[in-house]
Amino acid sequence: MSDDPEIRPIPFDPKALLEHVPGHGRLLGIEYHAHGEDWMELALPYDPRQIGQPDRGVIASGPILSLMDSATSMSVWLKRGGMLPQATLDLRIDYLRPATPGRTVIGRGECYRVTRSIGFVRGQAHDGDPDDPIAHVAGTFMTTAGFQ
Amino acid sequence: MIEIPYAELLGLEVEQGEGAPVLVMPFDDGKIGRPGFIHGGAIGGLLEMAAVAALMAALDDESARWKPINVTVDYMRGGRDQVTRAQGAVTRLGTRIANVESRAWQESPDKPIAAARMNFLIRR
Repeated sequence: MSDDPEIRPIPFDPKALLEHVPGHGRLLGIEYHAHGEDWMELALPYDPRQIGQPDRGVIASGPILSLMDSATSMSVWLKRGGMLPQATLDLRIDYLRPATPGRTVIGRGECYRVTRSIGFVRGQAHDGDPDDPIAHVAGTFMTTAGFQ
Repeated sequence: MIEIPYAELLGLEVEQGEGAPVLVMPFDDGKIGRPGFIHGGAIGGLLEMAAVAALMAALDDESARWKPINVTVDYMRGGRDQVTRAQGAVTRLGTRIANVESRAWQESPDKPIAAARMNFLIRR
């Protein structure tokens, strides 16, 4: 696959990509926050439509899983130097505490290792204080180009 | 399920069948990840809701409270642009902890596109 001259990562602008691509991120209101060479931070503004337990006003864990899936996925692209077709292989999330109602959740995904076909990721989510995280994530992505 | 705003946002409907409720997630633009495929987060969210539905059915107690502790999702096949179903199963219901599994499929329950394991803290 990466030996195939036809398949090269396509450089991208993470901010522009998020602003122009519809889909699940748009449904949840996920926004660009920041990025680096191998990490991506996305923002999930508080939205009552995402509440999981009405009596507590806390958003469901699903939107946080989506946020972290997107942030870690983009971190792999950043580490590879561009976009390649890929799919989530697995994702594990520890929900350390409920997100505080009304606060924007920031999800940071980091790709700490890539091989020819796999990207290894980890990340954290917080709602204002990075030292008081609400979730911790670990996962893997598989490059699908050349395998189909 | 319908009174949970996040389930409503995903457009989930309930189908009663054998065992725990089967949740049905319609396909629309709001579920798309990469072109032609459902976003991993939408599938994960559906799997979590199916686990919650199974847990609520097993608890059978309106006053019981629960919190997700963790979730591990395995993605087995790309979710295509069509309706997705998911069903949970409580593997152990303790006094404080529940272990719940769920799986999601499109054409056939025998060909899951993803599966999840969840641990919940419960209070009743």
